Amino acid sequence: MRYAAKIAFRHFLSSPAQTALLISGVALGVTVFIFMSALIGGLAQLLTLRTVGSIPHVTLEMRERSPGLINPVAGAQLAVQKDLSRRQQIAVWQPFISQMETASGVTAVSPQIRGSAFLIRGQAIAPVGVFGVMPDKLSAIADISSAMVAGTATLPSDGILIGWRLADDLGLRVGQAIQIRSDRQRERSFRISGIFSLGIASADRQAIYMNFTTARALFDLPSGISRIELKVSPVDQAPRLAEMLGRATGLKVTPWTEDNAQLFEALDAQARTGSIIKGFALLTIMIGIASAMLLSVMRRRSEIGIMRAAGVRRLFIVQIFVLEGTLIGAIGSIVGALLAWAALAPFPPIAQVKGGGLPIDVGQGGFLIAMVLTTLAAAIASILPAQRAARVDPVEAIGQ
Amino acid sequence: MSDTPLVRVEGLVKRFASGDSEVTVLHGIDLDLYRGELVALQGPSGSGKSTLLSIVGTLMRPSEGAHMMMDVDLAKADDQELTRFRNQNIGFVFQFHHLLPDLTAEENVMMPAAASAGRETSAMRARAASLLEAVGLSDRRRYRPSAMSGGQRQRVAVARALINEPALVLADEPTGNLDRESADHVMELLSRINSETGTCFLISTHDENIARRCSRGVKLLDGRVVKGEG
Repeated sequence: MRYAAKIAFRHFLSSPAQTALLISGVALGVTVFIFMSALIGGLAQLLTLRTVGSIPHVTLEMRERSPGLINPVAGAQLAVQKDLSRRQQIAVWQPFISQMETASGVTAVSPQIRGSAFLIRGQAIAPVGVFGVMPDKLSAIADISSAMVAGTATLPSDGILIGWRLADDLGLRVGQAIQIRSDRQRERSFRISGIFSLGIASADRQAIYMNFTTARALFDLPSGISRIELKVSPVDQAPRLAEMLGRATGLKVTPWTEDNAQLFEALDAQARTGSIIKGFALLTIMIGIASAMLLSVMRRRSEIGIMRAAGVRRLFIVQIFVLEGTLIGAIGSIVGALLAWAALAPFPPIAQVKGGGLPIDVGQGGFLIAMVLTTLAAAIASILPAQRAARVDPVEAIGQ
Repeated sequence: MSDTPLVRVEGLVKRFASGDSEVTVLHGIDLDLYRGELVALQGPSGSGKSTLLSIVGTLMRPSEGAHMMMDVDLAKADDQELTRFRNQNIGFVFQFHHLLPDLTAEENVMMPAAASAGRETSAMRARAASLLEAVGLSDRRRYRPSAMSGGQRQRVAVARALINEPALVLADEPTGNLDRESADHVMELLSRINSETGTCFLISTHDENIARRCSRGVKLLDGRVVKGEG
C-alpha cells in the first residue's frame, strides 16, 4: 500500500494545473455543503429561539373535570352537560412552586392569574387577555423588560403594561388612566405604566400585564391560580420534563412542542431540503472525481500496460487510482473547509442576528462530517475508474 | 548451455476473432529456448513475431498448444499465477521505452520489484544503482525520463527488465526507435548481460545487424517457423 500511495502521490503532482482545478471543484462542493449546513442549522436555531423566546416551555393547568355519567334508562336519550359554573383553578399551588423551582432543567417558574376582560377608555372598548404575574417574575416567561418601548417595566398595584398595537388602536399613552372590566364583572381603574413590543401581533394587541395580587381581586380568585408557566433549558427537554411533572403533580402539563407542531414540520421540511442540496453537492463531487479519474486512466493506459507487463497485480493498480482519488477528495475537502470557515466567520452569532441578516451558525456547519463524507465519496467515485485501469490489456495498451 | 529448455512451446496456435470469423496468426509453433541463449526472432511484419513474444511472455494465452517454462505449465495457470510468474521470471524491453514519466530513472528500474513487495527497500535501491551503472547511467539516477535521450531511456528500460534477475528477457524491436549509435550501444549491452548473467534473450527484430550478433536465429513466416525451431 505504501508504494501504491507513492505512485498515487506522483500522479497527483504530475499535472499541477489539472490537479488544482479538480481540487477547486471539490473544495467548492465542500464549501456549499458546509454553508448549507450552517445556514439551515442557524435558521432552525433562530426560528426556535424566536418561537420559544416569548412563550412558556411548559404550562401546568388544572385538568378539565369530566361530567358525570348518568345511568342509561331504557328508551330514554341522555344528555350530559359540562359544568361551566365552577372555575378551573389550581387551588393548592405553593408546594408545586417550590418543587418546580428545584427541578433539574427548570430556569424560571411563574404562577399566574389569567382571564378575559375589556379595556375601556371613554367610548372605546377593546377585548384583552390579562396576565396577572408577580412583579419579580414579570420577565420570567416573555422578556417584557427588554421589550419596553415606553414607560417602565414595573407592576404597582394600580399599574398595567399594554402592547404597542393596543396603545396605537386606542390612542393610549403612558400615564393615562383606563378602566378594566373582568369576565367576573369586576371593574377598576388603572394607570398605564408602560408599553411593550414583543414582536408577536396577538400579544402586542391583546395582552395586558398586571400585578398578581390585583388580578386576584379582579378575577375573583382569592387563593387559587389559573396556571403555572415554566422556562426550561435546554428547550428540547421540555417534553421529557412535562411528562415527569404530569406524573408528579397530577395536573395537565403541556410542553411547548405540543402547540408548535407546525414549526417542527417546517424545520423538518427545511432540513430535508438542505439534505437534498448537500446530497447534490456530494453527487457533483463524485461525478467530477469519477470523470477526472477516468480521464487519468485513459491518459495513463500505456503506463498501466507496462506495469501489468512487469507483473504488477491488478489489485495494486486499483489501489493506485483509489488512493489518487481519495487524496484529491481529502485535500479538496480540507481546502473547502478552510474556505467555508473563512466565508462563515464574519457572520454574527444567532442571538445577534438582525432583520434581513443571514442566520449562520458556524458550529452547525458540519465541517468534520463534510470532510469525511467528501473523502469517502471521492474514494467510492474512484473505484470504477480504478477497476477499469486494472482491466487494461497490457498488449493493447503498450501497442506493440 | 543446459539440455533442458528454459522455455518449451509445442504446437502453439493463436487465433483472433475477426467479426464472425477467426484469423489464425500462429500455426502450430514449436520452439525451445535455453538458458544463456541470445535468440533473434525475425520475420516480416504480420508474421506473428509480437504475438509469439506476447504468448511466451504470458501477456496473452495461446488458443492451442503447450507452453512450459521452468517446469511450470503456463497454459494452465490462472491470471494471478501468470502475473506473479511474469514478475519473478520474465523481463520486457519494448520498442518504445514506456518508462513511468512521474518516476526517476532509479525508481523506474525498481518499479517491478517495489510494486510486487509493496514498498521500496535499500536492497532494491542498491540493485537498481548497480544496474544503472551497468547500463552506463549512474549519473542519471535521479533524472526523470523527460530529461533523458531516447537511447538513455531505452537503457533504463533494459535495467528495469533485469531488476528481478529474470531467467528470460523478451525484447520487441528494442532498437527500432533508436539511431544507429544508440542501437549499437543497447545491443552491446544486451550481449554483455547475456554473457555475464546467462539470462536468455529473445529479441524480435527486422535488423540484420542485430540478428547477426545473436547466437541463434528463428524466422517466422505467416505464423510458421521456417528456420531455427530449436
